Amino acid sequence: MKFVDEFRDAGVIHKAADEIRRLADLGRQYRFMEVCGGHTHAIYRFGLKDILPPNIDLVHGPGCPVCVLPMGRIDDGLSIAKGPNVIFTAFGDMMRVPGREGSPLEHKARGMDVRIVYSPSDALKLAQKNPDKHVLFFAIGFETTAPSTALTLMRAKALGVTNFSVFCNHVTIIPGIRAILDSPDMRIDAFIGPGHVSTVIGCRPYEWVARNEGKPIVVSGFEPVDVLQAVVMLLRQLKAGEAKVENQYKRVVPWEGNRAALKAMAEVFELRSYFEWRGMGFISQSALRIRDTYKDWDAEHRFAVPGVRVTDPKAAQCGEVLKGVLKPVQCKLFGKECTPERPVGALMVSSEGSCAAYYNYEHRKHETLTRIGAAV
Amino acid sequence: MDAAPKIRFRDAQIEMAHGAGGKASRRLVEGLFAPLLFGDRIETLGDAAHISINGTRIAITTDSFVVKPLRFPGGSIGELAVNGTVNDLAVSGARAEALVVTYVLEAGLPTEVLEAEVRAMGTAATDAGVVISGGDTKVVEHGKADGMYISTTGIGRVIPGISISAASVRPGDKVLISGPVGDHGITVLLARGELDLEGEICSDTRSVLPLIEAMARAAGPGIHWMRDPTRGGVATSLNELARDCGLGVWLFEDAVPVRDTVRGACELLGLDPLHIANEGQFLAVLDAEYADRALDALRNTPGGHAATLIGEIREQPSGAVLGATSYGGTRVIDMLVGDPLPRIC
Repeated sequence: MKFVDEFRDAGVIHKAADEIRRLADLGRQYRFMEVCGGHTHAIYRFGLKDILPPNIDLVHGPGCPVCVLPMGRIDDGLSIAKGPNVIFTAFGDMMRVPGREGSPLEHKARGMDVRIVYSPSDALKLAQKNPDKHVLFFAIGFETTAPSTALTLMRAKALGVTNFSVFCNHVTIIPGIRAILDSPDMRIDAFIGPGHVSTVIGCRPYEWVARNEGKPIVVSGFEPVDVLQAVVMLLRQLKAGEAKVENQYKRVVPWEGNRAALKAMAEVFELRSYFEWRGMGFISQSALRIRDTYKDWDAEHRFAVPGVRVTDPKAAQCGEVLKGVLKPVQCKLFGKECTPERPVGALMVSSEGSCAAYYNYEHRKHETLTRIGAAV
Repeated sequence: MDAAPKIRFRDAQIEMAHGAGGKASRRLVEGLFAPLLFGDRIETLGDAAHISINGTRIAITTDSFVVKPLRFPGGSIGELAVNGTVNDLAVSGARAEALVVTYVLEAGLPTEVLEAEVRAMGTAATDAGVVISGGDTKVVEHGKADGMYISTTGIGRVIPGISISAASVRPGDKVLISGPVGDHGITVLLARGELDLEGEICSDTRSVLPLIEAMARAAGPGIHWMRDPTRGGVATSLNELARDCGLGVWLFEDAVPVRDTVRGACELLGLDPLHIANEGQFLAVLDAEYADRALDALRNTPGGHAATLIGEIREQPSGAVLGATSYGGTRVIDMLVGDPLPRIC
């Protein structure tokens, strides 16, 4: 398949792996954070850890929108949907995220009208088809998905569809990275930059990471060859004593980003003064709210939202895992109370969550290897 | 006196995932149905039960079909209802002889829709060489049954020369798949029209009996295990195998045949083709000595040209499925968790 197979080619992968072994200084431990959950998923799905030398540690970052959403926001969204004649719509990865009284799917099993959509425009279409119902779109995501929410709101306004609203939970990636860098436990040598987000925001917003923090960052694609190439580029920078922003994902990411998408976001959204990130606390100017010019489509304006705050179970260490301080398997609940089927924290739900990725792809392999005491 | 059956099913309510064929389904069957209904007579949860009546070995199975939409490219609920049960018998090593059918119809269902499905069942039964010998009809209120549900129960005669069980699987055995995976699940998903995605793809629904009979003639004694990877896909079936035989299943991921349309849709939607349902394929585990003979026989049978070896059985990792890529990475392939897709069969 075009645009996929050439980035999974065994020959190219072996070459990149050889180059990594050549560049990596054996006397040194490297810690690279992949900011984006998509990378975490790819690293486990393609077994890339098996290919990297043991002194390169990939640390999972906060770039999983489902994972950073505090439980209270889920309860808030579901409380709106409990009203009469409301259809609750969201992306598939939201469906199993637990609220205090269960996940959207559990609410569906009890009779709530909950539907998976693959884009916010599908939710708008659903509203047009069901004029006697109110369709609520539970919006999540970084700058990757925010433009499509913005365009959908612009369309709803232009068409005058009044039985549609958005419960906005969009967050922005840069404050998240800043929070990681400000964290006292931070020991990251360099960053694999998020590919999808960068298609929208471009590479320029990362320049401060290189300039002010002295950390190399390479924006990367999601195939095995992409991730390994990004590691090569980071090692080269470190070897040369450089810190700059590089773009490995040029086939998709323009340096300046996508102007049309940014314009749509600016039209519809403004920054919230602060927003809570699960496990990381309140981060200032880290999320988007719907501008007053679109308030008729803003669920937080149209409905009474309880503003629930839920503290995570004490034993769950989602915050530490999210910041890359702990590995998923080091959390006390991992694989015991917290599994993909019965998630306690959101990191265990989304396929991009590092706990779910680790559990699905690595956990049993690791267990097995430990049990037989040898490499397979 | 027997101890009270131990119910291990702790979920507070039934959710879609309990019917999706993955982990939750297994938990329900093993934790609630098995202890209350099967006692300790059950060893492994196969596709069909084999019972002996006056010395004659009979296979029996039942399956229900709740697919939405009722018709999709390459098939419809009527064909699925026949082929699904014929295939469950076939992979248990039996040839379907007779089916009985139950229709649950929704008031308001147009007769022409019902007629089309009854005709589809008749044709599929003729193609599969099975007799539909009875049935039952129930009608429920409008709005309760998505048009129609069909349930079929089949009995079959055990194919001579085949004896399959997970216990006979040995390290060194080869894993075979009869053709490309994921066609059915992705076809139904696209046919629902909710995704604004289109693709040239058809359901693979068919009877796999002719393929299995051809394989049995060529390599009967070498067939150790078979399964049709319907809901939950290849990944779930192989995990059940790994658990039942206590060995490791190594899957060579690059060898698994997947059509580009299916791969493309899976890439876009974040699904794994190994978790997508099939309705006209089967997996077989064969003694290595017989693998080539089985493959030749399948490839020379109509509909079997794409059969291929996709893995092998090793001692480790015991009870798990490991995916290996040509470039040296490995990953654990788990059963389906949750329900990635709407009702597909």
